[in-house]
Amino acid sequence: MVELSFGNKVDRFIRRKAPYLFISPFFVFFLVFGAFPIFFALYLSFHDWNGIANSPMVYIGWENYWYTLTDPLFWQALKNTIILTIESSVPQHVLGLFFAFIINLGFVKFKSFFKTTLFLPYITSTVAVSMVFAILFGYPYGFLNYLLVSVNKLPFFQTVFNWLRLDPPLKWLGSTSLMLPAISTQIIWRWTGWNTILYLAGLQTIPQELYEAARVDGAKWYQVFFKITLPSLRPVIQFAVTMSIIGGLQIFNEPFIMVGKDGGTGRAGYTLAMYLYQTGFEWGYFGSAAAISYLVFVLIFIFSFLSRKLLRSDEGVS
Amino acid sequence: MKMGQDQAPLLLEPQPGMGAVLKKTGIKLCLYLPLLLWTMITLYPFWYMMVLSTRSLSEIFAFPPPLWFGRALADNYRILLARLPFWRNVWNSIYIAVMATVTTLFFCSLGGYGFAIYEFKGKKVLFTIMLATIMIPALLGIIPFFIMMRYFGWINTPRALYLPGAASAYGIYLLRQYITGAVPLALVDAARIDGCSEFGIYSRIVLPIIKPGLAALGIITFLGSWDNFMGPLVILRDKMTYTIPVALRSFQGQAQTDYGAIMVGASIAVLPLVTVFLFMSRQLIAGLTYGSIKG
Repeated sequence: MVELSFGNKVDRFIRRKAPYLFISPFFVFFLVFGAFPIFFALYLSFHDWNGIANSPMVYIGWENYWYTLTDPLFWQALKNTIILTIESSVPQHVLGLFFAFIINLGFVKFKSFFKTTLFLPYITSTVAVSMVFAILFGYPYGFLNYLLVSVNKLPFFQTVFNWLRLDPPLKWLGSTSLMLPAISTQIIWRWTGWNTILYLAGLQTIPQELYEAARVDGAKWYQVFFKITLPSLRPVIQFAVTMSIIGGLQIFNEPFIMVGKDGGTGRAGYTLAMYLYQTGFEWGYFGSAAAISYLVFVLIFIFSFLSRKLLRSDEGVS
Repeated sequence: MKMGQDQAPLLLEPQPGMGAVLKKTGIKLCLYLPLLLWTMITLYPFWYMMVLSTRSLSEIFAFPPPLWFGRALADNYRILLARLPFWRNVWNSIYIAVMATVTTLFFCSLGGYGFAIYEFKGKKVLFTIMLATIMIPALLGIIPFFIMMRYFGWINTPRALYLPGAASAYGIYLLRQYITGAVPLALVDAARIDGCSEFGIYSRIVLPIIKPGLAALGIITFLGSWDNFMGPLVILRDKMTYTIPVALRSFQGQAQTDYGAIMVGASIAVLPLVTVFLFMSRQLIAGLTYGSIKG
């Protein structure tokens, strides 16, 4: 009996400690690689450090933040990043909603073909695809310019191009005005399918009774769309838009590959993430780079908060 | 698709007469066209990439640009291998992605199990701390990440690129949700009464049940690692340790960039995954969007 009760004690002990045993491997890793860097970056952002291992870190207060906020390059990168985020996000979601709505219609055939195809860009390597798009947008002989030059021979398109004051072939990646639209095209290409699938899943959770009721009341399709479909999708839209904002404000791979690490002509494609990368890894100001990363964090926080406010449903559906 | 069928008559209310039929076909066409157009826009870059990989540099920059396959694939492939240890780079990408997937699934399933099944002191606080970090942008970590990796002497090592990400807050959240939803506590209690050890419950009861959740997290992790660029860019300095994205990027920087060769490399980076995806798209799409709708 003695052994048994001792065994019971051991068993109870293990049982009590089991939760900690299970989560501790994760938590040790999380503390070292997930939580510590956040505080380390904060600490670093108040110090002057050139990144060389044995050189001293000097406390300089808000100097790094002050320096960054008075650096014209920061403001240019900020402007580019916000424009890029808007130019790439809005079409993504409008198209995503539109395609989800179409695919969800009863008469549309080959639903899984469309779903699969639209989703394809998401599983590609951004760097590899950016290189394809760089050639696609090439001047003067990229495929897109070939298309534009070809259709420019038709009088209708001539009028349109004249009206837009464009004269193909266009220097997509070499001009300050066309660079961001070209880069956002690739982002839209990549994420529209993802959003479509997300919105499709959202559409399928809308209860049938709502549509039945609308039908009985004799509602028109656009009334159904704006009064039932869109409001019901609000939580999904809010999630998807927030994801776009978080991703957009950190955008790095696409511009870095398509127009180079300096952001191309007039730094028109220079984003905050590229500014952070150069400040830290090329110019060796690790303290400033950490400060930039915190500024980006604050920015993401503000924008996510705003999108949440704007997209919040009035009836508290979310 | 049940709901779609129910919805159709609502959108296209059947009306008598020829006009209505025409209108209906017209509307259908108007809805199909943009979808087909976008399908073409989606597929064209893949096609263009394959075509360019078979073309020489002078052909790529000719007018009109190549629209069909050429004969330079072998030459481009040779140039690619002459400038880069490309298959080594491919192996590095695969190795890091597989290790990232395995370690993430291991740590997150253990942790997710702990949070889902047990009640213990400090559980709420720990879980809240973890959830809070999900919203923190990845960019915030890049500077400390580099400094820590250098401090550990992990520059140029693959483990710098899979170990730190293994304790993914998103991953543990996803699996905890999955376990809470899929594993009844009564089942756990029954196993315990039958004398099953705590680890036995985890490995023999919970893991088999949450396979779909593990698959979802696994795919997300694999693709994330395959696509990762900034991490390898700051960690990998030696050609032999490059992953595909960094290798392609180093090629681009050279004096006379040979785009045909780059397109061969890009095809190798993109096409195998696309092929796998085409065969199991249904499961993959379900897995990839799993966390998004629930979360």
